[in-house]
Formats: sequence, C-alpha cells, structure tokens
Amino acid sequence: MLFVILAPLLCAAVAFGVPSNRRRPIALLAGALAHGGGVAALLRSAAPPARGDWLGLDALSTLTLLTTTTLFLAAAVYAQGYLSRRSDRDNRVFVGGLLVLLGAMTVVALSRHLGLTWVAMEAATLATAPLIYFNQNARSLEAAWKYLLIGSLGIALALLGTFFLALSGAAPGGPRSLLVDDLIAAGPSLSRPWVRAAFVFLLVGYGTKMGLAPLHSWKPDAYGEAPGLLGALLAGGLTNFAFLAIVRVFQVTRAAGEDAFARDALVGLGLFSIALAAVFVVGQKDFKRMLAYSSVEHMGILALGLGLGGVAAAGAFFHAMNNGLTKGVVFLSAGNIHRAFGSKTTDDVRGAARVLPISGPLFLAGFLAVTGSPPFAPFFSEFAILNGAFGEGRFLVGALLLAFLAVIFVGMGTTVLAVVQGDPPGNAAGVPLSRENWLMAAPPLVLMVLVLLLGLFLPQRLRDLFGAAAGLVGGGW
Amino acid sequence: MSSLVELAFILVVVIDLFLLASSRLGAAIRTVAIQGALLATLPLLLLTDAHDLGHALVLALGALAVKGIVVPRMMFSAIREASIRREMEPIVGFVPSMVLGAIGVALAFAFSSRLPLPRGEMHPFLVPTALSTVWAGLLLVVSRKKAVNQVLGFLVLENGVFVFGLLLSDFMPLMVEAGVLLDLFAAVFVMGIVMFHINREFSSLDTEKLSALRD
Repeated sequence: MLFVILAPLLCAAVAFGVPSNRRRPIALLAGALAHGGGVAALLRSAAPPARGDWLGLDALSTLTLLTTTTLFLAAAVYAQGYLSRRSDRDNRVFVGGLLVLLGAMTVVALSRHLGLTWVAMEAATLATAPLIYFNQNARSLEAAWKYLLIGSLGIALALLGTFFLALSGAAPGGPRSLLVDDLIAAGPSLSRPWVRAAFVFLLVGYGTKMGLAPLHSWKPDAYGEAPGLLGALLAGGLTNFAFLAIVRVFQVTRAAGEDAFARDALVGLGLFSIALAAVFVVGQKDFKRMLAYSSVEHMGILALGLGLGGVAAAGAFFHAMNNGLTKGVVFLSAGNIHRAFGSKTTDDVRGAARVLPISGPLFLAGFLAVTGSPPFAPFFSEFAILNGAFGEGRFLVGALLLAFLAVIFVGMGTTVLAVVQGDPPGNAAGVPLSRENWLMAAPPLVLMVLVLLLGLFLPQRLRDLFGAAAGLVGGGW
Repeated sequence: MSSLVELAFILVVVIDLFLLASSRLGAAIRTVAIQGALLATLPLLLLTDAHDLGHALVLALGALAVKGIVVPRMMFSAIREASIRREMEPIVGFVPSMVLGAIGVALAFAFSSRLPLPRGEMHPFLVPTALSTVWAGLLLVVSRKKAVNQVLGFLVLENGVFVFGLLLSDFMPLMVEAGVLLDLFAAVFVMGIVMFHINREFSSLDTEKLSALRD
C-alpha cells in the first residue's frame, strides 16, 4: 500500500534531479505507470481495513484511486506532447509538482485518519500553486495567488474543524482519536454540538478545496490560466479528493446522529453551486473559464447527491468517477484548442473542428457528456441522482436541478458550438499555431471512449462498488 | 500562575484588535511577532500532569521559532525589498473593522459559554480567545488590499487555530504539532510577495491590481 504513495514521490525526486528539460517528462510517465500498476495490484490483494490502521482501502478509496490513476496516466501521456511543445519553459517544478500532487492525493484516498487527510490536503494545495504559475505571466501569477490565499484559508478552517472533531470525542472514556473507524464506533457518545460545529468548519474548509459556491472564486482563475493538463487534474482529481474528505467527515457526523443537519447543508450548498454555475456559464466567452464553472456545477451535483442519500448517494459516487474522466476529455481537448489558436475566447476561436480534426469534435462530444446527454455515463449518474431526489419526495430539489441543468446545457452549448463550428478566423486560415499530434489527441480520445463505454455498459463489479461506497453513508442502489 | 495565563489570553485578544486598527506595516508585523511569542508561552503555562513535557517543549520552542522569529523576519525582508510601508485604503475602514472585531470577541464569549466542553475545562478563556483570534484573522484577510496585510491576517487566523489546538495538546500532541505546518503557507506567501517584486509586472503589492481575472 505504501508503494502507491512512495512511487510517485520517488519519481518526483528523480524529476527534480534530472538536469535535462527534454527527458524529465519521462519521469511523469514512469510515475503514472508505477502508480497504475500499484493500484491494480492493490485492488487484487487488499483486505478490508482493520480498526486502528491509518491507511486502508475501502470502496470509496478504490473508486477515487481508480479514477485518478486513469486520469493521471492520460495526463502523463499528454504531458509528453505538451511539454515538448513548451520546451522554452523549465519544467522541473511542473513535473515534480504533478508527481507530488499524485502522491498527496493517494494519501487522501487511503487515509483513515482525519489528521493525515488534512496534512495530505495541505501538501496537495502547496504542490499545486507553483503549477498554476507555469506560464509565468501576470495573469497566471494572479491566479496562483488567489488559489493559494483562498486555499490556505480553507485548509486553516479545515484544521480548526478537525480539532473540533477531536474535541468531540475527548470526554473521559471517549475515543480521543481522529481515526474515522474509532469515531464512527463511538458514534452517539460524541459531543453533538461539537460534531455539528466540526462539520460546518470541515465542509467550509474542504468545500473551498472542492470549489463549492460561494467558496469557488479561485476556480475560474486557476482553471483559466493553468495549462489544460493541470486543469484536468484539478477538476477531475483534486476536487474529487476534497469531496472524499467531506464524505469521511459525513460518515462520522452520521454516526453521531447529526446527519439531518449535515444533509440539509449539503443539499443547500449543492443547489447553490449548480445555480451559480448556471448564471455564470451563460454568455461566458472564455471557454476555459466556462469549464471551471462547469466544475463548480458538478461539485454541486456531488454534494447534492451525498446530501440526498439513498439512490442519489450511489449516483453521486458514480458521478464522481464520470466527472473525473469527462473533465479529462474537456480540459485536454480545450488545451489543444487553446494551443492551436493562441486564444481561449470565442472572439478569436472559431472552426476548431476544421483546424483540429480530433480535438475539435472531441471538445463537442465532451461538452455533450459533461452536460449529461445520453448515451454518455454522466447522463446515467445524474439520472440516478434525480431519481433519488424524486424517490425521496424532494420534488422541489429535483425540479430545480432539472431547470439548472437545462440552463447550463444551453449556456455551455452556445459557447462550445461557437468554438467548434464555422470557418476558422481569416489569419489562421486553417493553419494552426501548433498542430495536434497523437500524443496530445489520443489521451482525451481514450478517456472519451471510456466515458462512452461506462454509459453503454456498466460492469456489475463497478456497480457494486458504487453501492458499497454509498452504503458507507447509508445509501445504495 | 492562573493570573499569568489570563493575562496572556487577554493580551492575545488585545493584539487582535490592535492589528485590526493599525495601518503601519512594520508595527503590524512586529505585533504579530509578539503575539506569536506570547502563544509560545501558553503550552508551558497550561502544562498539567496529563501533558508530556517533551511535547510541550517542542510545541513552545517550535511556535517561538516559527511564529515569533522566522516568519516575521521573512516578512520584514519582503517589505524592505518591495519598499512598502502602510496600508492606505483598506476595503473596510480601520474603525469599522475594529468594531467588527470587538463584536466578534463578544460573540466568541457568548458562543463558548453555550458550548459545553466535553471534558474538564483547561481555562475558561481558551475557546473564546481562539475563536475571536480566528475571526480577527479572517477579517484582516478579507478587508485588506495589500498582499502583506493579507498574509498577516492569515498568520493571525493561524494563531487562533493554534490556541484552540492547545485544548487537545494532552492527548493528541502530534496533531497539534502538525498544525504548525500551516506556517508553510505563510512562508510560501512571503516567497510569492518577493516573486511579485522580481516579476516587476506590478508596480506595487496592491492586490487590487490583481483584478484582471473577473466575470
């Protein structure tokens, strides 16, 4: 189990040591492959976590690890093409930082100790900030500054929440521990007011990392200015782990008998995020910022699904996987379009389908998937969440969700169609600044095929995993 | 002994309010350093039989070194390099922000008297001091424009979290020590400020200038 954590970190150390800018990205690929292999071996061998272990593999960690290792592998292949195009920039920090990020995310996935989770989230935040600054201009500096400032506030509040939770079990004879299993076992004996306060602070803290509205303000800037590759890993990877941390806290809150309150908070924040995304997506000219708001929307859907419980919870875990893979498709193809046109607004970008015969159509297909159109997998997970909402008799929640999703579909559609269709602007005349090559076009294509396959045929084992993960928070198919 | 502890807590809160009202950066940094040093004494002042002396010493010395010396020094060298002196126009004025801070202190006392601690009290002032310091820090971060001031706000927020952590220091010392990792952020921030400067794409460290990205 330690292998999947140490392998990326080791590769990061190698990446920092390698002097050649051209060879260094290979470390990224090596780290991704080692991590993928490690996860596969882990899935085959791991026993369910025992009480008292700091690291363990349950259904939740299995799902997040599977998504992330797939996404990271795709991103690592993409990076080979991308970084060779950007040979003007020193990529030492970029490659090393990505690998540290992978290591930190893996710790969050496996951690059964809320203190360890917090340390890993902080490490992930610190590792990401310099990556946003990769382009080294004023705009990326601004984005990195905002990300770091808002992220650090979130992390500080999450630490305070973690302390609250530790205190809730501090009564004589209490668990006096931050192990999730100990806290759940102690359940009703935890001090309820402190559990409630802890949930609020942890939801705000990790919700900031996840990018739930109104704590999302770093997102459009960071995703807009960072390379598409990093956007994919943040929107499809890191945010999923912040969600995982919230799920762990929710498990404890539920065991303490405060789940009604927590569910209301999750549903409220979730709906607010989706509504806010609907407002900002409409008329958004910058297609990378548009994707950021789409990420806010999907984080809202995840929070909503968790809050609703039942079938919706299983749908939320299905959706977390779909969101991770689909975000890979849209961010990587958007990155290719950005490189080819040298711009990311619909003022300058037109006719991407003609200039980039693979990435252009992929961006369109990715948009259809991300907005939940059949037959792609996100349709089925969003359908499960809607189903859960109506099944529980939450008609207003379901109706609002449907309405916001429709607005977002139309809003994103306008921007995406403007990018993909039409004739390329005159000066480009079909000659892109940089042509797509297979290294940069194939990874999003493969992810897209995966998203399609998950929609057409969901393997029973995966379905059971979603059910088992939902079972941890009192839901299931 | 107990009156000393009381004095320390009251001083921490007074420093919060002073920071909310101060416009000179140099004085503010020095005050945050004093607050950090003050916090470093708390693990020793609050020492009980349940504590492990080694951990308490580590915590005290660590806090003194990081919060009292290293981070303030970095801040000083950063403002010297960037040659900035004072906050001219905060988003929320000095007097209103001080009033807000005072309201926060009152609320923190009210809140903590209604939230019973699940274990024996360490000191009745501990929780309200922690919460009002967190509140003052948050206020500073959102109401100031200068990057240096925002970092100072973050330091104050972090100090508040540290005070709260003392409540757990007898049975979870490692976790409390891990909280000092938050200072890593502060260090990175200061590096960021120096980078602004090297970058020279901004003529001053006014985060108002960081507003090209918006909808």
